[in-house]
Amino acid sequence: MSREEILSQVQDILRDEFEDDELVVTEATTAHDVKDWDSLAHLSLIHEIEGHFGIKFTMGEIQGFKNVGEMMNSIEKHLLK
Amino acid sequence: MYSFNELKKAARKTAPDTIKKTRVAILGNCATQFLATAIRGYANLNNIGVEIFDADYNQIDAQLLDLASETYEFRPDCILLYLSTDKLYEDFLDMPMSEKAGFADEMIGKLEGYWNIIVSNAGCRILQMNFTDIQDNALGSFGAKTASSFAYQIRKLSFLLEEKMSARSDVYPIDLLGIQLHLGQHSFYDASLYYNAKMTIAMDALPYVAKSVIDVIKAMNGQIKKCVICDLDNTLWGGVIGDDGMGGIEIGELGRGHAFTDLQRWLKQLKECGIILAICSKNNEDTAKEPFEKHDEMILRLSDISVFVANWDDKASNIRLIQETLNIGMDSIVFLDDNPFERNLVRQMIPEITVPELPEDPALYLQFLQEQNYFEVASFTGAGSDRTAQYQAEYERKKLEQTFESIDDYLKSLEMVGEAKPFEQVRFARIAQLTQRSNQFNLRTIRYTEDEIEKIAADDHYLTLYYTLKDKFGDHGLVSVVILEKKSDKELFVDTWLMSCRVLKRGMEEFTVNKIIETAKASGFEKLSAEYIPTAKNKMVKDIYKTFGFTEVDDGKYEITIADYKPRDVYIKESE
Repeated sequence: MSREEILSQVQDILRDEFEDDELVVTEATTAHDVKDWDSLAHLSLIHEIEGHFGIKFTMGEIQGFKNVGEMMNSIEKHLLK
Repeated sequence: MYSFNELKKAARKTAPDTIKKTRVAILGNCATQFLATAIRGYANLNNIGVEIFDADYNQIDAQLLDLASETYEFRPDCILLYLSTDKLYEDFLDMPMSEKAGFADEMIGKLEGYWNIIVSNAGCRILQMNFTDIQDNALGSFGAKTASSFAYQIRKLSFLLEEKMSARSDVYPIDLLGIQLHLGQHSFYDASLYYNAKMTIAMDALPYVAKSVIDVIKAMNGQIKKCVICDLDNTLWGGVIGDDGMGGIEIGELGRGHAFTDLQRWLKQLKECGIILAICSKNNEDTAKEPFEKHDEMILRLSDISVFVANWDDKASNIRLIQETLNIGMDSIVFLDDNPFERNLVRQMIPEITVPELPEDPALYLQFLQEQNYFEVASFTGAGSDRTAQYQAEYERKKLEQTFESIDDYLKSLEMVGEAKPFEQVRFARIAQLTQRSNQFNLRTIRYTEDEIEKIAADDHYLTLYYTLKDKFGDHGLVSVVILEKKSDKELFVDTWLMSCRVLKRGMEEFTVNKIIETAKASGFEKLSAEYIPTAKNKMVKDIYKTFGFTEVDDGKYEITIADYKPRDVYIKESE
């Protein structure tokens, strides 16, 4: 799966999670950029991403993502396994 | 089952103000935000009203001990107490070895303390999550016989919890352990979620927990299932009785039959717990009944079935007949049928009924039904909840009624025998009970205690009558009560006239008035006066005195001259 495809799918999941069809997500997007993206929403978002890609992040990863790009790095890593 | 995502979205909506809302406060020793979300969402998707207060992480003591806490301020109808095993496990590991064997006793004491505080401070019900299990394996399997092991202590705690809960009517269990068992620990628990957020239930498991909580709330609010209606061929046994015959159907311990036998065993247990069993099958009645009468390996017998309908009419009409006979709500009925066509037809014709989408493989029927948890209750009286015989008699009457051209022919065929007698000691309790419970056929709705009934029976100022009725199908017992007050030497007043609605329109009304007049005449009275006091429920008898020839002398007040009354014809013979 290409990086663009992953980004586009992550964007879809974020749009669904935060119920905002106009939301534009880039690799630089952080939790501060999205309304309602608090720690609780983060857990729910992680759950949706894990379910969608069929992967499981480690505890360290979940707490460490600085932006969407870093999350995508982890997704790519798990998809290769 | 719903996904957590669906519940999360549904939780954002607010239920309409028109539905009654049960107020639930959630107190846990772990983080419960997602649990609260799941319960809210599940309730909204099922049109169940709940209002939830979710206390902060690990605040049980603070919330319960402080009378001004948010929990008490919320005025909950029930408090959901969730002491997660994962947290208890850590407490257990922190205990010195010498104290570990006392863990379960200490914990149950603490829990009972919470219950007592809740009852005295909030006076509300308690929803108590039971304890899940953790495979600690510090001693391997040997832990199962070692008192200082976690395996030993958590199972002991589960048992103590059951024992303590069964002694109290204000504690309602939520069987979390059952959900862990159903899903398996790897689906029920998400270690990374626990260490990240102190949440002890995996997100994919939360919808099951939410269902369990809502099922209990529904039962507490009286929404329970009362009846299972079963198809026969390929539902209660394998094969088609009309084609395969007694020797050909699959039932018993061998082969495929075993799955049907176990389903029957489970249904029989339901029946013993007070669930009504009925049959609705497209078959000739004799053919359909034969296995119940003669097949050695059938678990269910005719005596277990309250209403047995086997004919070639459509199933929706037959289900309506069964429902009318039992006089219960359609929404309290579950209909089991292996045939998707019949299931869809019944669902379309009767939307309120529950029709499970049974799996194709009969081996899975029982497990599937168990997982649906249709039969949640909020109380259990044990033996004596089985009313099969009464329902059977009622169905025989109903069937007979349909075969007659006129109601008179039907009433004649019932061979009814009635009796009217002055109040007697042995009947006082039942008479008092009827005055307290009868709402519809009750002219003045005066409630009497047993003591008062006893006094009236002994008082010369009153004439009393109680009526019994039986017919060829069974005994209805004491069905009507009349209390006549002597106003003067000439005038009697009908202080009380009530009747059980089970015997409505069979001539019992006429039989009753005939006997009242006869009794009054025999004691030399000339006038009978009466009154109708309207309530929200007794409209059905509003004009009954007029139909018996009484004159309305004032609003709701009636009179008749005894000599003017013409006895009505009835098909109830007087008992010898």
